[in-house]
Formats: sequence, C-alpha cells, structure tokens
Amino acid sequence: MRVLVILLALFWPLSAQAVQPDEMLSDPVLEARAQSLDHELRCVLCRSESIASSNADWAADARVIVRELLSDGASDQQVKDFFVARYGDYVLMKPRVSGANIALWLAGPVLFLLVLLALVLRARRRGVATADPLSAEELAEVERLTRD
Amino acid sequence: MTAEFGHFALVLALMVATLQMVIPLIGADRGWPGWMAFADSAAQVQFVLIAGAFAMLMYAFITSDFSLEVVTANSHSAKPMLYKVSGTWGNHEGSLLLWVMILALFGAMVAWFGGALPDALRARTLAVQAAIGVAFLAFLLFTSNPFARLDVIPADGRDLNPLLQDPGLAFHPPFLYLGYVGLSMTFSFAIAALIEGRVDAAWARWVRPWALMAWIMLTIGIALGSWWAYYELGWGGWWFWDPVENASFMPWLLSAALLHSAIVVEKRDTLKSWTILLAILAFSFSLIGTFIVRSGVLTSVHAFATDPTRGLFVLGILFVAIGGSLTLYALRAERMRATTAFALVSRESGLVLNNVLLAVSCAVVFIGTMWPLIAEAVTGEKVSVGPPFFNITFTPFMIALAMILPIGAMLPWKRAKLGRTMKPLWGMLAASVALGALVWTLQTGGRMLAPVGAALATWVILGVVADLVQKAGGWRARPATARPRLAGLPRSEWGKAIAHAGLGILIFGIAGLTAWEQQDIRTLAVGESFDLGGYTFTLDGVEAGRGPNYSTNMATVTVRRDGGVVAVLNPEKRFYPVQRMPTTEAGIQSRPLRDLYVSLGDQQPDGTWAMWSWIKPFANWIWFGAFMMAVGGGLSLSDRRYRVGAARARGTQAVPAQ
Repeated sequence: MRVLVILLALFWPLSAQAVQPDEMLSDPVLEARAQSLDHELRCVLCRSESIASSNADWAADARVIVRELLSDGASDQQVKDFFVARYGDYVLMKPRVSGANIALWLAGPVLFLLVLLALVLRARRRGVATADPLSAEELAEVERLTRD
Repeated sequence: MTAEFGHFALVLALMVATLQMVIPLIGADRGWPGWMAFADSAAQVQFVLIAGAFAMLMYAFITSDFSLEVVTANSHSAKPMLYKVSGTWGNHEGSLLLWVMILALFGAMVAWFGGALPDALRARTLAVQAAIGVAFLAFLLFTSNPFARLDVIPADGRDLNPLLQDPGLAFHPPFLYLGYVGLSMTFSFAIAALIEGRVDAAWARWVRPWALMAWIMLTIGIALGSWWAYYELGWGGWWFWDPVENASFMPWLLSAALLHSAIVVEKRDTLKSWTILLAILAFSFSLIGTFIVRSGVLTSVHAFATDPTRGLFVLGILFVAIGGSLTLYALRAERMRATTAFALVSRESGLVLNNVLLAVSCAVVFIGTMWPLIAEAVTGEKVSVGPPFFNITFTPFMIALAMILPIGAMLPWKRAKLGRTMKPLWGMLAASVALGALVWTLQTGGRMLAPVGAALATWVILGVVADLVQKAGGWRARPATARPRLAGLPRSEWGKAIAHAGLGILIFGIAGLTAWEQQDIRTLAVGESFDLGGYTFTLDGVEAGRGPNYSTNMATVTVRRDGGVVAVLNPEKRFYPVQRMPTTEAGIQSRPLRDLYVSLGDQQPDGTWAMWSWIKPFANWIWFGAFMMAVGGGLSLSDRRYRVGAARARGTQAVPAQ
C-alpha cells in the first residue's frame, strides 16, 4: 500500500472524464456555468483535483449538488458559499483574497517589484548606466563603422 | 545471488563515494596531484558499481524474480517486456537507484571528458558530486533498499500501476532524472568555484553545456508527461498545476534562467555571483521536488506520517545541501567581481530581465505549491491552491517574458540603442498586433486569451525571423550574400532561433486549445450519431476484447465531414484485474490544425454508452513547440565551442554565442 501511495504521488491525478452525461443539465447555459464552477471546487477526498476532473463518488455527488443549486436559481457565489459553509475554504481551488491569503496573492508582483527596485538602486549606486562613456569622436567612429 | 551482488555493489559505491568526497578536496587544497587525480578514478569506479547494481535490479525485473520485495510489489509475470524493463524505475526504490546511477554517470563523464579543466577545479567538482552521491546512496541503502528479499516468495507479483504501463510514461521519469541530476553537475561546479573563489569565462563554458543538457532533458521529460496526461487521462487535460508537476516545472524555469545567465558570464564576465546563486537554487529546487514527491507531504499528509523516515531523510539532505551551499555563497560571493559593466539598455540587461521574470515566476509556483503547508502551520486553516490561482498569477510573467524576448534577443552587448534595435522589429510588432486584433474580431464571446496568445506567439516567431534576416544582411540583401552569412552562423545561433520559435508555437498551441476547444458529452446507443464543430460522430459498435494483462471494451467511432469519412477512432475502456483498476484509452486523430478526441465511458443501464468528444484545435502545437525547444537546445549543445576540449581554446568569436 505504501508503495502504491508513493507511486500515485509520483505521477498525475487519476482522473477520468469528469462530468457524466446523466449528471448534466439540459440547459446548455446553466450547464456551462456548472462546468466552470466544477473547476473551482475541490474534491475534498481526492489528492489535488477539482470535482471537474475527479471520478470519485464524492465528486460526482458534488457535481450533482452544484447543478441542483444552479437549477434552483443560485448564483455562482451562492454555490461556492454553500460548499464553503460545509467544508471550509479547503474546498475552493482558488484561495480567497483575504486574511493570510493576501500574502499568497501578492507574493509574485511584490517580489518582482522589489527585485526591479533593487536592480535599479544597484545600477545607480555603481553608476553602471553611465559607465565609461564614449567621447564624441569615438561615437562618430562607432556610427561610421556600424553603418551598413 | 544477483540481488546480493547488486546490494554489495551499492555498499561499495557508498564507500568509494565517501573517499571521493574527501581525498580530492584535501588534494586540491594542498596541491597534491595524486590526491586530486584520485577523483577521476573514483568517479569511474563509482559509476561502474552503481551501473552494475542497476543492471542486477533490471535483471530481477526481467526474469520476474519475486523473491525481491520491490519486484513483487511492482511487477507481474504477464506484463509486457517493455514494462518489465521500465518497471525497474517505475517505483520508489528503483527510481532512486536510477537517480544515483545518473549522478555517478555524470561524475564519470567529467572524469572522461574534463581533461581540459584545471585539475583543482575538476577535483573539487567531483568531490562535491560525490557528496551528493553519498547522501543519496545512504538514503537508498538505509531507507529504500531495492534488493530487500521477501521471506516467503509469492507465486506472482502485484503488477505495475496500469497507468504507468504506457510508452510515454515508461520514458518520462528517466528524462526528468537526467534533468534533475544534470543540475547537480552545475551545482557541483558552482560549489567548486565558490571554494576556489574564482569564476571566469572558461568556468561558464564548462557549466553552460550542463545547464543546457539538464534543461533539454527537463523539457522532454515534462513534455512527455504532459502528452501522456493528454491522451491517457481521457479528457485531454495536459497541465494541472499539481504539486508533483510543479516539482519538475520549478527546476525547468530556473535551468532556463541559468542557461541564459551563463551566456553573460561566458561572453561578458559579469553576473557571476548571480549565476552561481542560480546554479545553487536550480539544484535546490530539484531536491525540493524530490522531497515533495518522495515524502508525499503535499499530496497526502498521511503518506508522510506512515513513513516519516524517508521524508525526514530527504529533508535532512535538503537542509545540509541548501543551507550549506547558501552559507558558502554568502561567505564567498563577494569575491566574484565583474570585470565589465553594461548599460541599462543592452543584451546583458535583457538577459537580467529574462532571469528576473523566470526566477520570480518560479517563486510564484513555489509559494503557491507550498502555501497549503504554510497556511496550515501559521493559521491552522486548511486551504487549497489550484489551477485557477496559478493561471492568474503565473501567466502575466510569461506574457511579459514573451513580450521582451524578441527585443532582448536582438540587443547588442554592453551598450545599445533601443531605437536602432527596434527598427527591424516595428513591422513585426504591427503584424502581430494586427493578427491579434483579427482573432479578436473573428471570435464571438469575450475571452481575451486567444487574441493575446495569438499576438504574442506571432511576435515571438516574427522576432526570430527579424533576427535571422538581420544576420543575413537585411531584407534587401541579395541571396548570394545572405546565404553564406546564414550558413556561416554558428549552430548555437540556429539553436537560439529554433528554441525561441518553439516557444512561440507552444504559446499559440496553449492559447488556441484553451480558447477554441469544443466538447460534447452524451450517452449514445450503437448506430447513433451527433454533430460537433462541423463533424458528425457515429458510434458504430463496442466490442469486448482481451489484452496481455487486461480486458477491454473497444468502441468504433466513425467521424465524417460533408459525407466523407475523416477518421475511424477506437477509444477503449480497459480494466486491469491484478490492480483492480480501470483506465481509459482515448481515440485520437491528430492533425496539424486540430485533434479529434473521443473517450469512452461506462455502459449505462439502458445499454447506451457514455461518450465524451472534443475538437481540440492546435493541440499538437504544444508538444511540437516543446520538441522544437529541445531540438534548439540540442543544436546549441552541439556547437563546436562546447565539444570536448573546447574549454581550452580561447579564440575570440565573431558572433556572440547564444
């Protein structure tokens, strides 16, 4: 069993074809909304799969619930709230932008800006941008040589 | 007996590696040639021993020796020969043995081909390589012995996970390992350079081929895995942002950064300490990836809890390797002074920006992958971080990268004028934006992905064209002058062009597939038809059959367009009795502009069959683009400057290397 767990961990989620024909709604617009919601909800019993790609029974039940709620006129947010109320934020594939998760969402952009800032400061301190400028005659010579 | 030979060889290899870790270091420090030369012989002996052990394990798999625990757990006498062979590395113990074998192989290659390296650098590099070997050989022998015998020999094995019984996946792990372990080589060179306190162009010229090789192998490995997922999982998904995938993607991003920054060290003798840091980080992420996969810590807390020794052991290696190397880096990095400066607008700056974007996007993937652990430790709450998060946070950096690529690739070294570089590119930019706009007006529905992707892809590819045209002497150059100029370009230039164009094709494939995919899901009785995207799909029949170690239901689906037959697809639903696991084999017809993709489900109570069908536009472009990137890397690797002994040649090159 241990070996099997490791093997499964070695490779991809064991998914099948996602939503089953008998689970689908007849209204194509509603079904399209349901399918995009499927990708945002986690199969809480699975490894790291959304209910859209898992063929576990739990995921199948969750897909049916999503469709029932939508048929009853629930908004996308209400469907997500329904699952969050029962399974916590764990069920959301896209973490909320709130609380500690703000750090997660901002990490990339902030890191990028910090690195750029550090680079610019460093270049300024060392005066790299203006290092060893060419004289006017040298520039003219370069122009002459590079002209094709 | 063969298994005992294998086990014994591994123990010997551990001893040799321990000596190889110590003696050459002392020799290099004191300047004793004999002690330094010991590294070469030790590296070769170590490789022969581990290769012998690997051959013994493979022999056990081929002959179905069920007295070995690992063979029983992962093989079966009825399994096809290819998968008996690939089963050798289709499990934890065997794959780890493959890992250390490749590690030893690369060490031996330095001994074989590294004659031109300074003796002290070679000795130190091999000593560091041996230290990694010691850690992983100990891990193998003490926690995951592949040669453990069973007390009671079972009549037959428990078979290999059927999902792994596939040609695409049989060769996916070896490529990934070649990549991971290739980065151990750049790591060893980096540590050796830190110990010596010296980095120069010759060093970069030695490191770059390893970085390039590791990156090529990771590219192929990741592409194979993604291609496998596409046709095997039955719904055409090809990337999931799964922790295990991210584990291989992070080293890929960093090795891409490393192979670009090594160019700057080689050509301009600057960015030295950054390149060293990248080499350390790239291998660190290979180790982190190994930890993530081996411990199962991110995929299931329980897997880690049931067998904490392995996870803790890798964690220990991780701390020593990363902590030790970063400490050494902090102490010595100051010595790596650049000898040249560059202006804000220059090829160097372009490559710095490339590195920043790749490194930050790697950080985003890392933080997203680790966040569930971090959040649970800090706030006590369990959160999930799935594909929607990565798609939003990762994509902008890749868009930025594609935007600067054609400009950076054409900027001159040291000091450049943006206006002059952009001159041949304005037309290309206009053409790409126009194409994006055309796509935008043609499509109904508001997703921006397709127009943006199409514009970016065109920009990258036309940028390559502009670069080549300029190198040939401009649009107005006569063929008589252009041809010899292009023919005279070094292979690394062609490698650069092909790899960058491959990226453009990959971007187009991703955008096209994601934006224009069409699907149909329904139950179908035999003889029934339906229409999808201008094609008519007919289920002609479903037949039960038998494979060597599975039973199957195979459907025949005929696809017609305008009355003519376009394709006959045979999607299957297989069942592997030994592991009690069903698998799907999709029926796919690949064409340059689209794939027809049909996947068969279960039979319904009323006798109809569940069927999933897709038109997947440009799907092939994803793997073709990745393939082109690997080919481009290969061309660059075959450039004569990197061939054996080239490190000694110090001639100046007329064309900057890419």
